[in-house]
Amino acid sequence: MSAHELKTGPLEYRTQEGRMSILGFWIFLGAEVVLFATLFATYAVLFGRTADAPHPGELFEIKTTLIMTFLLLTSSFTCGIAIHEMRRGSLKGLMTWLIITLLLGLGFLGFEIYEFMHYAHEGATLQSSAFWSGFFVLAGTHGLHVTVGTGWAILLLIQLSRRGLTNVTNRKVFIISLYWHFLDVVWIFIFTGIYLIGMVI
Amino acid sequence: MNITDILVTGEPLIYGAMVSIVLVSTAAIFLLTYFKRWGWLWREWLTTVDHKKIGIMYILSALAMLFRGGMDALMMRIQLAFPGLNFLDAQHYDEIFTTHGTVMIIFMAMPFLIGLMNIIVPLQIGARDFAFPFVNAVSFWSFFFGAMLFNISFVIGGSPDAGWTSYTPLAGAAMSPGPGQNFYLMGLQLSGIGTLATGVNLMVTILKMRAPGMKLFHMPIFTWSTLVTCFIIVFAFPILTVALALMTIDRIFGSQFFTLTGEGLPMMWANLFWMWGHPEVYIVILPAFGIFSEVIATFARKRLFGYHAMVWSMIIIALLSFLVWVHHFFTMGAGAFVNSVFSVSTMLIAVPTGVKIFNWLATLYKSKIEFTVANLWALAFIPSFVIGGVTGVMLGMAAADFQFHNSYFLIAHFHYVLIAGTVFACFAGLVFWYPKIFGHKLNERIGKWSFWLFLIGFHVCFFPQYFLGLDGMPRRIFITRIEEWLPLNVISTVGAFGMGLGFAVFVFNIYYSYRYSEREKTGDPWNGRTLEWATPTPIPFYNFATIPHVDGIDYYLPMKEKGETTYDESKLEPIHMPSNSGQPIIMMAFFAFASFALVFEWIPLAIAGLIGGFIMMGVRSFDYDEGYHVEVDEIKRIERSARGL
Repeated sequence: MSAHELKTGPLEYRTQEGRMSILGFWIFLGAEVVLFATLFATYAVLFGRTADAPHPGELFEIKTTLIMTFLLLTSSFTCGIAIHEMRRGSLKGLMTWLIITLLLGLGFLGFEIYEFMHYAHEGATLQSSAFWSGFFVLAGTHGLHVTVGTGWAILLLIQLSRRGLTNVTNRKVFIISLYWHFLDVVWIFIFTGIYLIGMVI
Repeated sequence: MNITDILVTGEPLIYGAMVSIVLVSTAAIFLLTYFKRWGWLWREWLTTVDHKKIGIMYILSALAMLFRGGMDALMMRIQLAFPGLNFLDAQHYDEIFTTHGTVMIIFMAMPFLIGLMNIIVPLQIGARDFAFPFVNAVSFWSFFFGAMLFNISFVIGGSPDAGWTSYTPLAGAAMSPGPGQNFYLMGLQLSGIGTLATGVNLMVTILKMRAPGMKLFHMPIFTWSTLVTCFIIVFAFPILTVALALMTIDRIFGSQFFTLTGEGLPMMWANLFWMWGHPEVYIVILPAFGIFSEVIATFARKRLFGYHAMVWSMIIIALLSFLVWVHHFFTMGAGAFVNSVFSVSTMLIAVPTGVKIFNWLATLYKSKIEFTVANLWALAFIPSFVIGGVTGVMLGMAAADFQFHNSYFLIAHFHYVLIAGTVFACFAGLVFWYPKIFGHKLNERIGKWSFWLFLIGFHVCFFPQYFLGLDGMPRRIFITRIEEWLPLNVISTVGAFGMGLGFAVFVFNIYYSYRYSEREKTGDPWNGRTLEWATPTPIPFYNFATIPHVDGIDYYLPMKEKGETTYDESKLEPIHMPSNSGQPIIMMAFFAFASFALVFEWIPLAIAGLIGGFIMMGVRSFDYDEGYHVEVDEIKRIERSARGL
């Protein structure tokens, strides 16, 4: 397959393996869209079925939600800068911005854990009603994805520090950036579909 | 914890099964040790990333599962033909119809077809392996461990008993306590991950690794059916993943998705299940259509009639497959409008399917048909499948469905489409490609015996069930002491044993041909039309020494006319190949351990297993093994000896 190597263009696209991995990841993201769409549909169907637990309007707070949104949207932006640095061939820039992305992601997770504990304290848990099951599983699945993403990014940072910028590490960084932006897009739907609508209705 | 809490006790049939499992496992371990084959097993098979070997392992597992699902079927048929015998009790009967359905769809039909895809698709498009050979091995092991997890349920913990559809609230924690239902959830979840990965893998393989010059509309029809199937897999399987996860969380962690107590919606399960389940039907039928197209075109010695229409009808069927799921529960009370919409969309599927039927007939028209065993399976498929299809349209009429619903009419319909479609295709495909895969043909005479036994048994078994259904015999009911139903039930059981005999002869044929069949020398025993026949037999591990430039459908025919082969010594270059790896099997063993622990709700053990699995994924991430190159001298040596130059 070495015959298919290119001499120009971004490093991650130069080998056939690189191009195939990136296409494969796009298709995988298609499957992820279906996964989240199913969870959103489930949440929508179960909306309002709170049984004896509190209503979402009583618990959702605009302040934490906005902070979380700010953290995650910024992290997507810094992730973009990281890719920009990678394209410029700056390993140091890439690693710095990747670490900043990671910290923002961890901040987001911290707020999410705090939020979930707060709700549980107020009597809204996974077990308390169908609506809250839907909420915790949808938001939790997104949170789990962010957790996996941070772990993955840490492993990548170690590889980058050992191997520098090669067409393999570049491909891996590019793929995790696709994943990270995808999580951001999903969050926009969670922010509007769950929190804003939940606060209004 | 007491041993009786884990092992199933009190059933003589199951004690027998336990003894046979122990005996077979001991014999296998003994033989491997005695012949010093452990190293061989590990190096050649368990750690392989070669698509051909993985395909063979898929097919072997699927044949084993066909045996298991078939035994379940025979036990049910014995019970229904001899109700006075008390062969099974109600609980055991419930477990058996559940496992029969699940095993046949998830662990037999799909793996069998994926096995054939694994072997054939890279060869048909002129590729040297999958896009991601490592992931392919991970997929296989996830299927294999999922299947094993599901299968041990009947001796450990007890089988699920809520039907293969697992409708809530019956399948919920309140009404189905104990590990049985958890085995269903975890077994399907584990193997579903592998199926999704295979879907992604094959799509990239087909889109990116075709021989130079091969346009999409030059691809062999089986490859086309695989590509369309993979689209369905990628968009349907995540729905199943979510549905299974929600029910698992309901059962193990007490959430309220499908419960009535927390304002959950049991009916939502039916919707989620069939939003995956209906496309799933087409995941197992479209590749079958592809196989029949290849076989019919080859043995009619004609180009497939209406190639483009065949492709487009598959694409339309794939799109429609997502829009009909409500026809599985017309009687739930969704109302006349909803039922009408889904009724119309259901019947629409008959149009592209009809197009395909006429194309097969037109391919056969005025051709010199060769009645080989592979072609017999394909020819028998056409009328049998039409019977199943027409009764499917009957079921698709919402109003009429209120009568047919949950009766043996439905059972007859879907066995007619799934056996005449998928099972016949698996046999046709295996017989057709057998010489390419194993280097010798299956014996034709024994093959015909197995074909006729199975075909006649099939019609004798399922045709009476239409009438049983119209007479009102419900499905999933084990008491049939109703005089009017008994004669047809006895006939049906006789047919079932005919099919069992046909299968046994088929398996015997594999053994017999291995011993006595003439070895294949040319690599092209049927005068094939597509590239998979262009390699020498046995296929070198790199498939093609040099990859031809393809510009047309059925490209191997003009190649043969021009005297070209896939071996052009002047164009040889070192070939890059992936290295074998033990990581896939170890990784999936950890996840299987975690799943097993979750079945018994041992949370700390499950977490330990999950951590192990994730560590293996991390290990893989640090693995920069880029494979190795096969040097030109070695390719020359292999090709010259294989081609007798």
